Amino acid sequence: MSKIDKYDVIIIGGGHNGLTAAAYLSKAGKKVLVLERRHVLGGAAVTEEVFPGFKFSVCSYVVSLLKANVIRELMLPRFGLEILPLESTFTPLDNDYLFRTSDYDQTYKEIYRHSQKDAENYMRFGPLMGQVGMAVRPILETIAPNAIRPSFKDLMSLKSLFNHVKGLNKETFEYLCKLMTMSSADFLDEWFEFEPLKSTMAASGIIGTFMGPRSPGSAYVMLHHYMGDIDGSFRAWGFQRGGTGELSMTIARSAMHFGTKILTEAAVNKVIVKNGSAIGVALENGDEYKSDIVISGLDPKLTFLKMLDESDLPEDFVNDIKKFRIRGSSGKVNLALDGLPNFTSLPGNGPHLRGAISISPSYDHLEKAYDDAKYGNFSKEPYMDIILPSVIDPEMAPPGKHVMSCFVQYAPYNINGGWDDTKREAFGDAVVNTLARFAPNIKDLILHRQVLTPMDLEKTFGLTEGNIFHGELTLQQLFSFRPAVKWADYTTPIKNYFQCGSGTHPGGGVTGSPGEMAAKKILKIW
Amino acid sequence: MLQSKNSMNFTANTQMKTSPFFERTSKLNTSQEWKRWGGYLSATKYDLNHDNEYFAIRTKAGLLDISPLYKYRIAGKDSSLFLNRLVTRDIKICKIGQVMYSTWCDENGKVIDDGTIQRLGENDFRLTSAEPNLSWLELNSYGMDVNIYDESNKIAALALQGPKSRDIINSISSKSINSLKFFEIMNTKLNDINVSISRTGYTGDLGYEIWIKPDDSIKVWDMLIKFGKNYGITPVGLDALDISRIEASLILLDVDYISSRTALIEDRKSSPFELGLGWTVKLNDESFVGSEALRLEKKNPSEWRFVGIEILWDNLEKLFKNVGLPPDLPYGAWRDSVPLYYRKNQVGYASSGCWSPILKKYIALAHVNSKYAGLDTVLDFEIKVEHFRHLTPAKIVKTPFYNPNRKMSCPK
Repeated sequence: MSKIDKYDVIIIGGGHNGLTAAAYLSKAGKKVLVLERRHVLGGAAVTEEVFPGFKFSVCSYVVSLLKANVIRELMLPRFGLEILPLESTFTPLDNDYLFRTSDYDQTYKEIYRHSQKDAENYMRFGPLMGQVGMAVRPILETIAPNAIRPSFKDLMSLKSLFNHVKGLNKETFEYLCKLMTMSSADFLDEWFEFEPLKSTMAASGIIGTFMGPRSPGSAYVMLHHYMGDIDGSFRAWGFQRGGTGELSMTIARSAMHFGTKILTEAAVNKVIVKNGSAIGVALENGDEYKSDIVISGLDPKLTFLKMLDESDLPEDFVNDIKKFRIRGSSGKVNLALDGLPNFTSLPGNGPHLRGAISISPSYDHLEKAYDDAKYGNFSKEPYMDIILPSVIDPEMAPPGKHVMSCFVQYAPYNINGGWDDTKREAFGDAVVNTLARFAPNIKDLILHRQVLTPMDLEKTFGLTEGNIFHGELTLQQLFSFRPAVKWADYTTPIKNYFQCGSGTHPGGGVTGSPGEMAAKKILKIW
Repeated sequence: MLQSKNSMNFTANTQMKTSPFFERTSKLNTSQEWKRWGGYLSATKYDLNHDNEYFAIRTKAGLLDISPLYKYRIAGKDSSLFLNRLVTRDIKICKIGQVMYSTWCDENGKVIDDGTIQRLGENDFRLTSAEPNLSWLELNSYGMDVNIYDESNKIAALALQGPKSRDIINSISSKSINSLKFFEIMNTKLNDINVSISRTGYTGDLGYEIWIKPDDSIKVWDMLIKFGKNYGITPVGLDALDISRIEASLILLDVDYISSRTALIEDRKSSPFELGLGWTVKLNDESFVGSEALRLEKKNPSEWRFVGIEILWDNLEKLFKNVGLPPDLPYGAWRDSVPLYYRKNQVGYASSGCWSPILKKYIALAHVNSKYAGLDTVLDFEIKVEHFRHLTPAKIVKTPFYNPNRKMSCPK
């Protein structure tokens, strides 16, 4: 039996961007329905009790890029937003370590121990990246104009961006150009000499991307990660209390407060299109919901190639979406631990366990890890970005026990011979073995292990090819090209069908930005 | 060599008093930043910055040495009568095992100090205060059968504040503290050491204060640290406490008000009503020091109110954007007097404020002329951006700014 209900807006996918768009639209008085396929909200920003007593931010595990105005406008602190600082980065090496904190003197002293020159340059580097971040911010906050057939409004926003860029000082402009085009390794080589420092910084340029630190374009991804903004200060990372899923829940609570209706275990099968216009959705269970507007928070492949019939779309557009690069490059290993890892180079408990732990001892470590992936294998010695959420938030694990979140690169989606259970476990072993090189007690501590390959990320979380950003953050896929030229302003070739996921401008990360900007765009033209 | 190789050998002489916990706290204090509190050296922060300590109070459990508090034991047949005549609240209704927060005033109804009164027995009380009060207590006990004893040095105290504080105490206490309600006190043993535990604190969170004999103090500290480890127990200093208490809208003597006994001019004195503490003033048939003046004030309300303000973000952000900066707020809590205006006329001043990391709001406590002190009134807050003064809107909001359910709830 089919059920018919009428809404102003239906949003496909209860990920954090879909929920953000829902909250904004409800706040503006629209009757909004969010349909989530899974039993939990948040999409890739979920918390799940994977093993009894052990809670994990299963995929996305840190927060920094969430926009401050979204936090305020949706009143997120009132609904449970509590971001705990992750202020240090610890890079264990075989016989030494590098430990950077938010304290100026401490970090200077620590880098000085390795390179006098780097210590000084490091103190200049932060403010410079801050300047470049500020220079890029207006671009990120502009609805991407149609570059092929610009409207008057598009021309106006292009003009104001042009003036903005023209107004940048020479140094900022130079670095902006370099960051847009260079590899992170080349860029950092101009600044520093101590390799573990460079490789750890370069690592943020490969996250979620099928590139190595020496691949051109990786510097931009590094910059993308530098634009974190907590409490108005650039580059501060944090952990949502209760895990990233709790962050999605705060957005959901805000949306519900404004009147959004949310259904879970409601998988949308198709968008219903009539005369070139979206009029509702059909669920896999046969239910149908009608609405004036349908918004997809899914990635571009699912938004267009799954939710619609190709015949409904212009051919060139279908080609663009098919060409849109969405190769997954990362996996996630979540460990339930009986105690804290003991790093050989800096033994015992301490502040180094309260921040990020980066397994990035050298460029070669990262580049070799990439080499494996280039030829269709997972990295034998992968790069890892690790946090221990239970150290910051004891609610994440039973007393005395811990949870460890390992973001792992590389794990190609298209692995030779395809992913299977044996390969998944071998990948998990490679992660644990690499960790054990720096913290040998890790093997004795593991109570449970969850290994997520790009294939698992696709199956469970609906991320096509397991790409965490809904599409790679490479220059040809940004701004007016995200996801396709002419359709980068959240509109689509189908009337009343919009997109609001990370596959739109300004891209991936828990920013809320695509959701917010899509909602604002829709409200403007409605 | 400018730097000592082994910084663990760091020793220093001090003429300040040190608390019984100093043996531990002095070694843990990596920043070696100390403030003075009641003549004691008190850790400003243990880490190089206060963030971790602040979040320990809000998500784990922060351990704070509060031994510098002044503590007075008041016993004897007339103790209840005496306290009832001293403080503004009705002490007769305070049950044994209950704690009351109160102010006490001079004869003109101006606040001298504020603190808690624990009723330990029918005729046995403990009063805590920020400043010394012995002579004031004795002066007011004239002719009464009451014995006042300064036990400031005889009782060490620790505050354990944060959502995990209950779990930690339960793990070592001979009795469960699950049924201990907000502002109650009980005796228990922590692994055979007799202590009193009150559900009180200065953070606005779930939290307890533990009252200990000085000889047992190190043992209790070590036990809490050991058993609290699994719950993330973290020693915290005064910087983290200051942010928490502003979020909880709890006033601080010499910062948000001046004791009427040290104020040089009349205008510097405040009545409980002017400090937002009208609820502590019980005007019944009985009199207490200052009751006549307060009765009069209740009829003819004073023109000052104590309120919470939120400095509105969008305008603030614009001021910084105009000079090419992201908003740059003070990193910790401040305690300067900052003018507040209504249409160019100064109508009040903020006395302490901070960026609230948990509310993501810039908040302050302020004294405002009652005509302009209504909820949602927008005033102008003075701020310096790149050395130049500006006015930016600030709205009067409800206090406490932060008030989690766990502060007062008990497990089912």
